[in-house]
Amino acid sequence: MRTQTSASPTSSGTASSTESAIELSDVDFGYTSSPVVEEISLRIDPGEYVAVVGPNGSGKSTLMQLMLGLLRPDEGVARLFGESAHQFDDGERIGYVAQHASASKEMPITVREVVKMGRFPHVGFGRLSSEDWDIVDRALDTVGMAAFSNRRVTQLSGGQRQRAFIARALASEADLLVLDEPTVGVDMESVEAFYNLLGSLNSDGITVLLIEHDLGAVTEHTDRVICLNREIYFDGSANEFVESDALARAFGTTADLLGGSR
Amino acid sequence: MTYLSAVPLQAGLLDGVFGPFYWFLNYWSEVMSWVAGQTGLEILQYGFMHRAILVGLCIGVMAPLIGTFLVHRQLALIGDALAHTGFAGVAVGLFLNAVLELGVSPYLTAVVVSMIAALFIELISEATDAYNDVSMAIVLSTGFALGTVLISINAGGLAVGVNQFLFGNLATVSQDSAAILLLLFVIVIGVVGLTRNQLLYVTFDETAAAVSGLSVSWYNRIMVLLTAMVVVGAMQIMGVILVAAMLVVPVAGASQVSRSFNESILVSVVLAELAVILGIGVSYYAEATAGGVIVLLAVAIYVAAVVLGKLQAASGEEDTPEMGSIDVSDAKPSDD
Repeated sequence: MRTQTSASPTSSGTASSTESAIELSDVDFGYTSSPVVEEISLRIDPGEYVAVVGPNGSGKSTLMQLMLGLLRPDEGVARLFGESAHQFDDGERIGYVAQHASASKEMPITVREVVKMGRFPHVGFGRLSSEDWDIVDRALDTVGMAAFSNRRVTQLSGGQRQRAFIARALASEADLLVLDEPTVGVDMESVEAFYNLLGSLNSDGITVLLIEHDLGAVTEHTDRVICLNREIYFDGSANEFVESDALARAFGTTADLLGGSR
Repeated sequence: MTYLSAVPLQAGLLDGVFGPFYWFLNYWSEVMSWVAGQTGLEILQYGFMHRAILVGLCIGVMAPLIGTFLVHRQLALIGDALAHTGFAGVAVGLFLNAVLELGVSPYLTAVVVSMIAALFIELISEATDAYNDVSMAIVLSTGFALGTVLISINAGGLAVGVNQFLFGNLATVSQDSAAILLLLFVIVIGVVGLTRNQLLYVTFDETAAAVSGLSVSWYNRIMVLLTAMVVVGAMQIMGVILVAAMLVVPVAGASQVSRSFNESILVSVVLAELAVILGIGVSYYAEATAGGVIVLLAVAIYVAAVVLGKLQAASGEEDTPEMGSIDVSDAKPSDD
Protein backbone atom coordinates (compact mmCIF):
# COMPACT_ATOMS: atom_id res chain seq x y z
CA MET A 1 0.00 0.00 0.00
CA ARG A 2 1.06 3.50 -0.59
CA THR A 3 0.50 4.88 2.83
CA GLN A 4 1.85 4.90 6.32
CA THR A 5 -1.29 3.51 7.90
CA SER A 6 0.10 2.69 11.29
CA ALA A 7 0.82 6.25 12.21
CA SER A 8 -0.98 8.42 14.67
CA PRO A 9 1.85 10.89 14.53
CA THR A 10 0.51 14.01 16.11
CA SER A 11 -1.81 12.75 18.77
CA SER A 12 -0.56 14.52 21.82
CA GLY A 13 0.50 11.74 24.10
CA THR A 14 -3.03 10.82 25.16
CA ALA A 15 -3.00 7.58 23.24
CA SER A 16 -1.20 5.59 25.84
CA SER A 17 -4.12 3.25 26.56
CA THR A 18 -4.25 0.07 24.56
CA GLU A 19 -7.88 0.43 23.52
CA SER A 20 -8.37 2.16 20.21
CA ALA A 21 -11.39 4.34 19.65
CA ILE A 22 -11.83 3.13 16.09
CA GLU A 23 -10.01 0.33 14.40
CA LEU A 24 -10.52 -1.06 10.91
CA SER A 25 -8.46 -3.91 9.55
CA ASP A 26 -8.52 -4.91 5.89
CA VAL A 27 -12.08 -3.70 5.46
CA ASP A 28 -13.81 -4.10 2.12
CA PHE A 29 -17.36 -3.00 1.47
CA GLY A 30 -19.64 -2.62 -1.54
CA TYR A 31 -23.40 -2.10 -1.88
CA THR A 32 -23.22 -4.16 -5.07
CA SER A 33 -20.42 -6.35 -6.35
CA SER A 34 -18.18 -3.38 -7.07
CA PRO A 35 -16.42 -2.19 -3.92
CA VAL A 36 -17.04 1.26 -2.47
CA VAL A 37 -14.10 1.03 -0.10
CA GLU A 38 -11.27 -1.46 -0.31
CA GLU A 39 -8.46 -2.69 1.91
CA ILE A 40 -9.00 -0.07 4.56
CA SER A 41 -6.83 -0.44 7.63
CA LEU A 42 -6.60 2.33 10.15
CA ARG A 43 -6.56 2.94 13.84
CA ILE A 44 -7.77 6.03 15.64
CA ASP A 45 -6.70 6.36 19.24
CA PRO A 46 -8.58 8.17 21.99
CA GLY A 47 -7.83 11.89 21.97
CA GLU A 48 -7.03 12.20 18.29
CA TYR A 49 -8.45 14.86 15.98
CA VAL A 50 -8.84 13.24 12.58
CA ALA A 51 -10.35 14.33 9.29
CA VAL A 52 -11.36 12.04 6.45
CA VAL A 53 -11.25 13.81 3.10
CA GLY A 54 -11.85 12.69 -0.44
CA PRO A 55 -13.71 13.61 -3.61
CA ASN A 56 -17.46 13.11 -3.96
CA GLY A 57 -18.28 9.44 -4.20
CA SER A 58 -14.98 8.41 -2.68
CA GLY A 59 -16.65 6.37 0.05
CA LYS A 60 -16.20 8.85 2.92
CA SER A 61 -19.69 8.47 4.30
CA THR A 62 -19.63 4.73 3.73
CA LEU A 63 -16.38 4.54 5.67
CA MET A 64 -17.97 6.49 8.49
CA GLN A 65 -20.97 4.14 8.55
CA LEU A 66 -18.60 1.18 8.71
CA MET A 67 -16.72 2.78 11.59
CA LEU A 68 -19.96 3.40 13.49
CA GLY A 69 -21.28 -0.10 12.84
CA LEU A 70 -24.22 1.13 10.77
CA LEU A 71 -22.86 -1.05 7.98
CA ARG A 72 -21.07 -4.36 8.30
CA PRO A 73 -17.88 -4.91 6.31
CA ASP A 74 -17.95 -7.55 3.56
CA GLU A 75 -14.41 -8.45 4.51
CA GLY A 76 -12.27 -7.50 7.45
CA VAL A 77 -13.10 -6.25 10.91
CA ALA A 78 -14.41 -2.93 12.24
CA ARG A 79 -14.04 -2.20 15.92
CA LEU A 80 -15.39 0.59 18.10
CA PHE A 81 -13.72 0.97 21.49
CA GLY A 82 -12.45 -2.59 21.11
CA GLU A 83 -15.86 -4.11 20.38
CA SER A 84 -17.18 -5.32 17.08
CA ALA A 85 -18.67 -2.14 15.64
CA HIS A 86 -22.08 -3.47 14.61
CA GLN A 87 -22.62 -5.00 18.03
CA PHE A 88 -21.46 -1.92 19.89
CA ASP A 89 -24.38 -0.58 21.89
CA ASP A 90 -22.77 1.73 24.41
CA GLY A 91 -24.32 4.68 22.59
CA GLU A 92 -23.53 7.25 25.24
CA ARG A 93 -19.87 7.13 24.18
CA ILE A 94 -20.60 8.42 20.69
CA GLY A 95 -21.93 11.78 19.59
CA TYR A 96 -22.99 12.05 15.99
CA VAL A 97 -23.73 14.98 13.72
CA ALA A 98 -25.03 14.03 10.30
CA GLN A 99 -25.29 15.91 7.09
CA HIS A 100 -28.65 17.29 8.01
CA ALA A 101 -30.44 15.27 5.37
CA SER A 102 -31.04 12.41 7.78
CA ALA A 103 -33.49 13.97 10.23
CA SER A 104 -37.18 14.50 9.67
CA LYS A 105 -37.83 17.89 8.14
CA GLU A 106 -41.48 18.56 8.89
CA MET A 107 -41.95 17.27 12.37
CA PRO A 108 -43.09 19.77 14.98
CA ILE A 109 -40.26 19.71 17.46
CA THR A 110 -38.36 22.41 19.29
CA VAL A 111 -34.62 22.97 19.38
CA ARG A 112 -34.55 22.02 23.03
CA GLU A 113 -36.39 18.77 22.33
CA VAL A 114 -33.78 17.92 19.70
CA VAL A 115 -30.89 18.63 22.05
CA LYS A 116 -32.68 16.60 24.74
CA MET A 117 -32.21 13.51 22.59
CA GLY A 118 -28.51 13.71 23.34
CA ARG A 119 -29.39 12.63 26.88
CA PHE A 120 -31.52 9.65 25.83
CA PRO A 121 -28.64 7.13 25.84
CA HIS A 122 -28.00 8.17 29.45
CA VAL A 123 -31.58 8.01 30.73
CA GLY A 124 -32.85 4.95 28.83
CA PHE A 125 -36.52 4.44 29.69
CA GLY A 126 -36.45 7.01 32.48
CA ARG A 127 -37.04 10.73 32.64
CA LEU A 128 -34.44 13.45 32.29
CA SER A 129 -33.23 14.65 35.67
CA SER A 130 -32.63 18.32 36.37
CA GLU A 131 -28.93 17.64 35.83
CA ASP A 132 -29.70 16.29 32.38
CA TRP A 133 -31.66 19.45 31.61
CA ASP A 134 -28.73 21.55 32.85
CA ILE A 135 -26.46 19.75 30.43
CA VAL A 136 -28.97 20.34 27.63
CA ASP A 137 -29.14 24.06 28.40
CA ARG A 138 -25.35 24.37 28.64
CA ALA A 139 -25.01 22.71 25.24
CA LEU A 140 -27.52 25.21 23.83
CA ASP A 141 -25.48 28.05 25.36
CA THR A 142 -22.28 26.66 23.96
CA VAL A 143 -23.52 26.75 20.38
CA GLY A 144 -25.19 30.11 20.90
CA MET A 145 -28.71 28.80 20.41
CA ALA A 146 -30.16 29.45 23.88
CA ALA A 147 -32.48 32.14 22.51
CA PHE A 148 -33.86 29.64 20.03
CA SER A 149 -34.49 26.79 22.43
CA ASN A 150 -38.29 26.96 22.08
CA ARG A 151 -38.28 27.54 18.35
CA ARG A 152 -39.62 24.91 16.05
CA VAL A 153 -36.70 23.31 14.20
CA THR A 154 -38.51 23.65 10.87
CA GLN A 155 -38.34 27.46 11.21
CA LEU A 156 -34.55 27.56 11.45
CA SER A 157 -32.02 28.30 8.76
CA GLY A 158 -29.68 25.53 7.68
CA GLY A 159 -26.86 26.82 9.82
CA GLN A 160 -29.06 27.16 12.88
CA ARG A 161 -30.35 23.63 12.43
CA GLN A 162 -26.80 22.40 12.21
CA ARG A 163 -25.92 24.18 15.44
CA ALA A 164 -28.84 22.46 17.12
CA PHE A 165 -27.53 19.07 15.99
CA ILE A 166 -24.07 19.94 17.22
CA ALA A 167 -25.59 20.87 20.58
CA ARG A 168 -27.27 17.46 20.65
CA ALA A 169 -23.90 15.79 20.16
CA LEU A 170 -22.41 17.96 22.91
CA ALA A 171 -25.25 17.11 25.28
CA SER A 172 -24.47 13.44 24.85
CA GLU A 173 -21.11 14.08 26.56
CA ALA A 174 -19.55 11.46 24.35
CA ASP A 175 -15.95 10.26 24.23
CA LEU A 176 -16.04 10.20 20.46
CA LEU A 177 -17.58 12.87 18.26
CA VAL A 178 -18.28 11.89 14.66
CA LEU A 179 -19.31 14.69 12.33
CA ASP A 180 -20.29 14.20 8.71
CA GLU A 181 -19.73 17.52 6.87
CA PRO A 182 -21.09 19.45 9.83
CA THR A 183 -20.53 22.94 8.48
CA VAL A 184 -22.56 22.61 5.30
CA GLY A 185 -24.93 25.57 5.31
CA VAL A 186 -23.28 27.27 8.27
CA ASP A 187 -22.27 30.90 7.74
CA MET A 188 -18.59 31.76 7.36
CA GLU A 189 -17.85 33.38 10.74
CA SER A 190 -19.60 30.58 12.57
CA VAL A 191 -17.55 27.98 10.70
CA GLU A 192 -14.36 29.40 12.20
CA ALA A 193 -15.88 29.48 15.69
CA PHE A 194 -17.19 26.00 15.16
CA TYR A 195 -13.74 24.59 14.40
CA ASN A 196 -12.38 26.36 17.44
CA LEU A 197 -15.08 24.63 19.47
CA LEU A 198 -14.07 21.25 18.10
CA GLY A 199 -10.43 22.04 18.86
CA SER A 200 -11.28 22.95 22.42
CA LEU A 201 -13.35 19.78 22.87
CA ASN A 202 -10.44 17.80 21.49
CA SER A 203 -8.01 19.35 23.95
CA ASP A 204 -10.41 18.24 26.70
CA GLY A 205 -9.64 14.70 25.57
CA ILE A 206 -12.57 14.01 23.26
CA THR A 207 -11.77 12.10 20.11
CA VAL A 208 -12.99 14.01 17.07
CA LEU A 209 -13.57 12.44 13.68
CA LEU A 210 -14.59 14.75 10.89
CA ILE A 211 -15.77 13.84 7.41
CA GLU A 212 -15.14 16.95 5.36
CA HIS A 213 -14.79 18.19 1.83
CA ASP A 214 -13.55 21.65 2.84
CA LEU A 215 -9.85 20.85 2.55
CA GLY A 216 -8.75 24.29 3.70
CA ALA A 217 -10.50 23.93 7.04
CA VAL A 218 -9.19 20.43 7.47
CA THR A 219 -5.54 21.20 6.95
CA GLU A 220 -5.78 24.24 9.17
CA HIS A 221 -7.54 22.70 12.14
CA THR A 222 -7.04 18.97 12.40
CA ASP A 223 -4.00 16.97 13.48
CA ARG A 224 -4.33 14.03 11.19
CA VAL A 225 -5.72 13.65 7.70
CA ILE A 226 -6.93 10.48 6.04
CA CYS A 227 -7.35 10.95 2.30
CA LEU A 228 -9.70 8.45 0.74
CA ASN A 229 -10.79 7.50 -2.69
CA ARG A 230 -12.01 3.92 -2.45
CA GLU A 231 -8.72 3.10 -0.75
CA ILE A 232 -6.55 5.13 1.55
CA TYR A 233 -4.21 7.44 -0.38
CA PHE A 234 -2.76 9.19 2.58
CA ASP A 235 -2.82 8.87 6.34
CA GLY A 236 -0.62 11.19 8.31
CA SER A 237 -0.26 14.63 9.78
CA ALA A 238 -2.04 17.57 8.22
CA ASN A 239 1.25 19.30 7.39
CA GLU A 240 2.62 16.31 5.55
CA PHE A 241 -0.66 16.03 3.73
CA VAL A 242 -0.35 19.54 2.31
CA GLU A 243 3.14 18.78 1.04
CA SER A 244 2.36 15.36 -0.35
CA ASP A 245 0.95 14.61 -3.76
CA ALA A 246 -1.80 12.44 -2.22
CA LEU A 247 -4.40 15.03 -3.00
CA ALA A 248 -3.61 15.11 -6.70
CA ARG A 249 -3.61 11.33 -6.88
CA ALA A 250 -6.81 10.88 -4.91
CA PHE A 251 -8.72 13.61 -6.64
CA GLY A 252 -7.29 12.90 -10.07
CA THR A 253 -7.04 15.86 -12.38
CA THR A 254 -9.79 17.87 -10.77
CA ALA A 255 -7.81 18.73 -7.68
CA ASP A 256 -8.88 22.32 -7.41
CA LEU A 257 -10.71 21.91 -4.15
CA LEU A 258 -8.04 23.73 -2.17
CA GLY A 259 -9.22 26.85 -3.92
CA GLY A 260 -6.57 27.05 -6.62
CA SER A 261 -5.81 24.79 -9.52
CA ARG A 262 -3.02 22.36 -9.14
CA MET B 1 -54.08 -23.41 15.79
CA THR B 2 -54.24 -20.18 17.60
CA TYR B 3 -57.93 -20.02 16.95
CA LEU B 4 -58.58 -23.55 18.08
CA SER B 5 -56.88 -22.98 21.36
CA ALA B 6 -58.72 -19.71 21.73
CA VAL B 7 -61.82 -21.49 22.96
CA PRO B 8 -60.43 -22.67 26.26
CA LEU B 9 -58.32 -19.52 26.35
CA GLN B 10 -61.27 -17.24 26.14
CA ALA B 11 -63.16 -19.32 28.63
CA GLY B 12 -60.36 -19.60 31.15
CA LEU B 13 -57.25 -17.55 31.10
CA LEU B 14 -58.62 -14.60 29.16
CA ASP B 15 -61.49 -14.21 31.58
CA GLY B 16 -58.93 -13.54 34.26
CA VAL B 17 -57.27 -10.93 32.08
CA PHE B 18 -60.52 -9.32 31.04
CA GLY B 19 -62.17 -9.50 34.44
CA PRO B 20 -61.12 -6.03 35.60
CA PHE B 21 -62.23 -4.55 32.28
CA TYR B 22 -65.70 -6.01 32.60
CA TRP B 23 -65.86 -4.62 36.10
CA PHE B 24 -64.75 -1.22 34.77
CA LEU B 25 -67.32 -1.36 31.98
CA ASN B 26 -70.12 -1.93 34.47
CA TYR B 27 -68.84 0.86 36.69
CA TRP B 28 -68.57 3.20 33.70
CA SER B 29 -72.11 2.31 32.68
CA GLU B 30 -73.42 3.20 36.15
CA VAL B 31 -71.64 6.54 36.02
CA MET B 32 -73.12 7.26 32.60
CA SER B 33 -76.60 6.29 33.78
CA TRP B 34 -76.23 8.63 36.71
CA VAL B 35 -75.16 11.43 34.36
CA ALA B 36 -78.15 10.61 32.17
CA GLY B 37 -80.40 10.83 35.20
CA GLN B 38 -78.99 14.21 36.20
CA THR B 39 -78.96 15.77 32.74
CA GLY B 40 -81.82 13.98 31.07
CA LEU B 41 -79.72 13.33 27.96
CA GLU B 42 -81.42 10.67 25.93
CA ILE B 43 -78.18 9.57 24.31
CA LEU B 44 -76.76 8.49 27.66
CA GLN B 45 -79.62 6.21 28.60
CA TYR B 46 -78.58 3.14 26.64
CA GLY B 47 -75.96 0.59 27.62
CA PHE B 48 -74.59 0.34 24.10
CA MET B 49 -74.05 4.10 23.98
CA HIS B 50 -72.12 3.96 27.25
CA ARG B 51 -69.75 1.45 25.70
CA ALA B 52 -69.57 3.31 22.41
CA ILE B 53 -68.62 6.54 24.16
CA LEU B 54 -65.93 4.82 26.21
CA VAL B 55 -64.53 3.09 23.14
CA GLY B 56 -64.59 6.41 21.30
CA LEU B 57 -62.72 8.17 24.08
CA CYS B 58 -60.02 5.47 24.05
CA ILE B 59 -59.70 5.70 20.27
CA GLY B 60 -59.38 9.46 20.56
CA VAL B 61 -56.31 9.01 22.73
CA MET B 62 -54.46 6.10 21.21
CA ALA B 63 -55.07 6.68 17.49
CA PRO B 64 -53.43 10.13 17.30
CA LEU B 65 -50.76 9.05 19.80
CA ILE B 66 -49.55 6.28 17.51
CA GLY B 67 -50.43 8.32 14.44
CA THR B 68 -48.00 11.06 15.49
CA PHE B 69 -45.09 8.64 15.26
CA LEU B 70 -46.33 7.20 11.96
CA VAL B 71 -47.14 10.45 10.18
CA HIS B 72 -43.74 11.98 10.90
CA ARG B 73 -42.07 8.95 9.38
CA GLN B 74 -44.21 9.18 6.26
CA LEU B 75 -45.88 5.89 7.21
CA ALA B 76 -49.47 7.09 7.20
CA LEU B 77 -50.48 4.37 4.75
CA ILE B 78 -49.51 1.53 7.06
CA GLY B 79 -52.62 2.08 9.17
CA ASP B 80 -54.78 1.56 6.12
CA ALA B 81 -52.91 -1.60 5.14
CA LEU B 82 -53.23 -3.07 8.62
CA ALA B 83 -56.94 -2.23 8.84
CA HIS B 84 -57.57 -4.17 5.67
CA THR B 85 -55.62 -7.17 6.95
CA GLY B 86 -57.65 -6.76 10.13
CA PHE B 87 -60.69 -7.28 7.96
CA ALA B 88 -59.19 -10.58 6.83
CA GLY B 89 -58.79 -11.39 10.51
CA VAL B 90 -62.45 -10.62 11.13
CA ALA B 91 -63.37 -12.90 8.25
CA VAL B 92 -61.19 -15.65 9.68
CA GLY B 93 -62.94 -15.27 13.02
CA LEU B 94 -66.42 -15.34 11.49
CA PHE B 95 -65.43 -18.28 9.32
CA LEU B 96 -64.12 -20.30 12.25
CA ASN B 97 -67.13 -19.43 14.33
CA ALA B 98 -69.47 -20.60 11.58
CA VAL B 99 -67.59 -23.73 10.55
CA LEU B 100 -66.21 -24.94 13.85
CA GLU B 101 -68.72 -23.24 16.09
CA LEU B 102 -66.07 -21.49 18.13
CA GLY B 103 -67.18 -18.57 20.20
CA VAL B 104 -64.24 -16.34 19.40
CA SER B 105 -64.72 -12.63 19.06
CA PRO B 106 -63.82 -11.67 15.48
CA TYR B 107 -61.92 -8.70 16.89
CA LEU B 108 -59.59 -11.06 18.69
CA THR B 109 -58.73 -12.92 15.49
CA ALA B 110 -58.44 -9.55 13.77
CA VAL B 111 -55.82 -8.41 16.28
CA VAL B 112 -53.82 -11.59 15.77
CA VAL B 113 -53.94 -11.52 11.96
CA SER B 114 -53.25 -7.80 11.81
CA MET B 115 -50.22 -8.10 14.11
CA ILE B 116 -48.83 -10.93 12.00
CA ALA B 117 -49.28 -8.79 8.90
CA ALA B 118 -47.60 -5.87 10.67
CA LEU B 119 -44.54 -7.94 11.46
CA PHE B 120 -44.55 -9.23 7.91
CA ILE B 121 -44.54 -5.69 6.46
CA GLU B 122 -41.76 -4.70 8.83
CA LEU B 123 -39.60 -7.70 8.00
CA ILE B 124 -40.05 -7.11 4.26
CA SER B 125 -39.00 -3.51 4.70
CA GLU B 126 -35.96 -4.55 6.74
CA ALA B 127 -34.92 -6.98 4.04
CA THR B 128 -35.41 -4.47 1.24
CA ASP B 129 -34.17 -1.47 3.22
CA ALA B 130 -37.24 0.64 2.50
CA TYR B 131 -40.89 0.92 3.31
CA ASN B 132 -42.45 1.10 -0.05
CA ASP B 133 -45.98 1.82 -1.00
CA VAL B 134 -46.00 -1.04 -3.49
CA SER B 135 -45.48 -3.75 -0.88
CA MET B 136 -47.89 -1.92 1.42
CA ALA B 137 -50.51 -1.85 -1.33
CA ILE B 138 -49.99 -5.55 -1.94
CA VAL B 139 -50.51 -6.39 1.72
CA LEU B 140 -53.57 -4.14 1.83
CA SER B 141 -55.28 -5.74 -1.12
CA THR B 142 -54.27 -9.26 -0.10
CA GLY B 143 -55.86 -8.73 3.27
CA PHE B 144 -59.06 -7.37 1.85
CA ALA B 145 -59.24 -10.02 -0.87
CA LEU B 146 -58.72 -12.78 1.67
CA GLY B 147 -61.47 -11.30 3.79
CA THR B 148 -64.01 -11.10 0.99
CA VAL B 149 -63.20 -14.61 -0.25
CA LEU B 150 -63.55 -16.19 3.18
CA ILE B 151 -66.83 -14.41 3.68
CA SER B 152 -68.25 -15.29 0.27
CA ILE B 153 -67.36 -18.97 0.70
CA ASN B 154 -69.75 -19.04 3.62
CA ALA B 155 -72.07 -16.49 2.15
CA GLY B 156 -75.63 -16.63 3.38
CA GLY B 157 -75.18 -16.28 7.08
CA LEU B 158 -72.01 -14.26 7.06
CA ALA B 159 -72.50 -11.52 4.52
CA VAL B 160 -75.14 -10.00 6.73
CA GLY B 161 -72.84 -9.02 9.54
CA VAL B 162 -70.04 -7.55 7.45
CA ASN B 163 -71.23 -3.98 7.24
CA GLN B 164 -70.54 -3.34 10.90
CA PHE B 165 -66.89 -4.23 10.33
CA LEU B 166 -66.54 -2.28 7.10
CA PHE B 167 -68.18 0.89 8.33
CA GLY B 168 -68.24 0.52 12.09
CA ASN B 169 -71.32 0.73 14.24
CA LEU B 170 -72.04 2.34 17.57
CA ALA B 171 -74.86 -0.04 18.38
CA THR B 172 -72.88 -3.24 17.98
CA VAL B 173 -70.11 -2.50 20.47
CA SER B 174 -70.56 -5.50 22.73
CA GLN B 175 -69.22 -6.05 26.23
CA ASP B 176 -66.64 -8.44 24.80
CA SER B 177 -65.31 -6.15 22.12
CA ALA B 178 -65.26 -3.17 24.49
CA ALA B 179 -63.20 -5.23 26.93
CA ILE B 180 -60.80 -6.20 24.14
CA LEU B 181 -60.43 -2.55 23.25
CA LEU B 182 -59.70 -1.59 26.85
CA LEU B 183 -56.99 -4.24 27.03
CA LEU B 184 -55.44 -2.98 23.79
CA PHE B 185 -55.65 0.57 25.11
CA VAL B 186 -53.77 -0.31 28.28
CA ILE B 187 -51.05 -2.13 26.30
CA VAL B 188 -50.63 0.68 23.77
CA ILE B 189 -50.48 3.46 26.36
CA GLY B 190 -48.14 1.42 28.57
CA VAL B 191 -45.69 0.59 25.80
CA VAL B 192 -45.62 4.12 24.39
CA GLY B 193 -45.21 5.53 27.89
CA LEU B 194 -42.24 3.28 28.50
CA THR B 195 -40.49 3.72 25.17
CA ARG B 196 -41.46 7.31 24.35
CA ASN B 197 -37.82 8.50 24.29
CA GLN B 198 -36.73 5.74 21.98
CA LEU B 199 -39.73 6.08 19.68
CA LEU B 200 -39.17 9.83 19.43
CA TYR B 201 -35.49 9.42 18.61
CA VAL B 202 -36.11 6.74 15.99
CA THR B 203 -38.93 8.80 14.47
CA PHE B 204 -36.95 12.01 14.25
CA ASP B 205 -33.54 10.79 13.24
CA GLU B 206 -33.12 7.11 12.54
CA THR B 207 -29.39 7.24 11.85
CA ALA B 208 -28.51 9.17 14.98
CA ALA B 209 -30.75 6.85 16.97
CA ALA B 210 -28.87 3.85 15.61
CA VAL B 211 -25.52 5.46 16.45
CA SER B 212 -26.74 6.15 19.97
CA GLY B 213 -27.16 2.42 20.45
CA LEU B 214 -30.89 1.96 19.85
CA SER B 215 -31.99 -1.07 17.89
CA VAL B 216 -33.96 0.75 15.23
CA SER B 217 -35.49 -2.38 13.79
CA TRP B 218 -36.84 -3.48 17.18
CA TYR B 219 -38.51 -0.14 17.78
CA ASN B 220 -39.94 -0.24 14.28
CA ARG B 221 -41.40 -3.65 15.01
CA ILE B 222 -42.91 -2.39 18.26
CA MET B 223 -44.35 0.56 16.37
CA VAL B 224 -46.09 -1.53 13.70
CA LEU B 225 -47.43 -3.98 16.30
CA LEU B 226 -48.92 -1.11 18.28
CA THR B 227 -50.38 0.26 15.06
CA ALA B 228 -52.08 -3.07 14.41
CA MET B 229 -53.62 -3.01 17.89
CA VAL B 230 -54.87 0.55 17.53
CA VAL B 231 -56.33 -0.02 14.11
CA VAL B 232 -58.26 -3.13 15.11
CA GLY B 233 -59.42 -1.49 18.31
CA ALA B 234 -60.66 1.57 16.46
CA MET B 235 -62.30 -0.52 13.75
CA GLN B 236 -65.37 -1.19 15.94
CA ILE B 237 -66.60 2.36 15.60
CA MET B 238 -64.68 3.66 12.62
CA GLY B 239 -64.86 0.64 10.34
CA VAL B 240 -62.08 -0.84 8.23
CA ILE B 241 -62.30 1.77 5.55
CA LEU B 242 -62.15 4.91 7.67
CA VAL B 243 -60.02 3.83 10.60
CA ALA B 244 -56.74 5.13 9.18
CA ALA B 245 -58.19 8.65 9.14
CA MET B 246 -58.05 8.77 12.93
CA LEU B 247 -54.32 8.02 12.80
CA VAL B 248 -53.63 10.77 10.31
CA VAL B 249 -56.13 13.65 10.28
CA PRO B 250 -55.87 14.88 13.90
CA VAL B 251 -52.08 14.58 13.72
CA ALA B 252 -51.95 16.61 10.53
CA GLY B 253 -54.11 19.28 12.18
CA ALA B 254 -51.96 19.35 15.31
CA SER B 255 -48.70 19.80 13.41
CA GLN B 256 -50.16 22.96 11.87
CA VAL B 257 -50.53 24.71 15.19
CA SER B 258 -47.99 23.09 17.50
CA ARG B 259 -44.45 24.09 18.11
CA SER B 260 -43.07 21.21 20.15
CA PHE B 261 -43.48 17.48 19.79
CA ASN B 262 -45.14 17.04 23.18
CA GLU B 263 -47.54 19.83 22.37
CA SER B 264 -48.37 18.24 19.03
CA ILE B 265 -49.30 14.95 20.70
CA LEU B 266 -51.48 16.73 23.21
CA VAL B 267 -53.20 18.87 20.58
CA SER B 268 -53.80 15.90 18.29
CA VAL B 269 -55.47 14.01 21.14
CA VAL B 270 -57.67 17.01 21.93
CA LEU B 271 -58.66 17.40 18.28
CA ALA B 272 -59.42 13.69 17.97
CA GLU B 273 -61.54 13.66 21.14
CA LEU B 274 -63.43 16.67 19.87
CA ALA B 275 -64.20 14.89 16.61
CA VAL B 276 -65.13 11.65 18.38
CA ILE B 277 -67.46 13.17 20.98
CA LEU B 278 -69.17 15.56 18.59
CA GLY B 279 -69.29 12.81 15.99
CA ILE B 280 -71.00 10.31 18.28
CA GLY B 281 -73.50 12.93 19.33
CA VAL B 282 -74.29 14.07 15.82
CA SER B 283 -74.52 10.57 14.43
CA TYR B 284 -76.91 9.53 17.22
CA TYR B 285 -79.31 12.39 16.75
CA ALA B 286 -78.96 12.57 12.96
CA GLU B 287 -79.07 8.78 12.65
CA ALA B 288 -75.96 8.78 10.47
CA THR B 289 -73.06 6.36 10.52
CA ALA B 290 -70.64 7.34 13.26
CA GLY B 291 -67.37 6.60 11.48
CA GLY B 292 -68.20 8.84 8.57
CA VAL B 293 -69.45 11.69 10.75
CA ILE B 294 -66.38 11.51 12.98
CA VAL B 295 -64.02 11.63 10.01
CA LEU B 296 -65.89 14.54 8.39
CA LEU B 297 -65.69 16.45 11.67
CA ALA B 298 -62.00 15.61 12.02
CA VAL B 299 -61.36 16.95 8.54
CA ALA B 300 -63.32 20.12 9.32
CA ILE B 301 -61.21 20.56 12.45
CA TYR B 302 -58.09 19.97 10.37
CA VAL B 303 -59.10 22.72 7.94
CA ALA B 304 -59.71 25.05 10.88
CA ALA B 305 -56.26 24.17 12.23
CA VAL B 306 -54.64 24.96 8.89
CA VAL B 307 -56.34 28.36 8.82
CA LEU B 308 -55.38 29.00 12.43
CA GLY B 309 -51.80 28.00 11.70
CA LYS B 310 -51.61 30.42 8.76
CA LEU B 311 -53.07 33.21 10.90
CA GLN B 312 -50.56 32.45 13.65
CA ALA B 313 -47.70 32.57 11.19
CA ALA B 314 -48.94 35.81 9.65
CA SER B 315 -49.78 37.75 12.78
CA GLY B 316 -47.34 36.36 15.28
CA GLU B 317 -44.26 36.57 13.05
CA GLU B 318 -42.02 36.46 16.06
CA ASP B 319 -39.08 38.78 16.32
CA THR B 320 -35.96 36.88 15.46
CA PRO B 321 -33.87 36.44 18.56
CA GLU B 322 -30.21 37.26 18.52
CA MET B 323 -28.15 34.22 17.74
CA GLY B 324 -25.34 33.85 20.25
CA SER B 325 -21.79 33.14 19.22
CA ILE B 326 -20.33 29.70 19.57
CA ASP B 327 -18.77 29.75 22.97
CA VAL B 328 -15.56 27.79 23.12
CA SER B 329 -14.86 28.46 26.77
CA ASP B 330 -17.77 26.54 28.26
CA ALA B 331 -17.52 23.71 25.82
CA LYS B 332 -17.11 21.04 28.43
CA PRO B 333 -17.57 22.56 31.83
CA SER B 334 -18.84 19.61 33.78
CA ASP B 335 -15.67 17.57 33.77
CA ASP B 336 -12.47 18.10 35.76
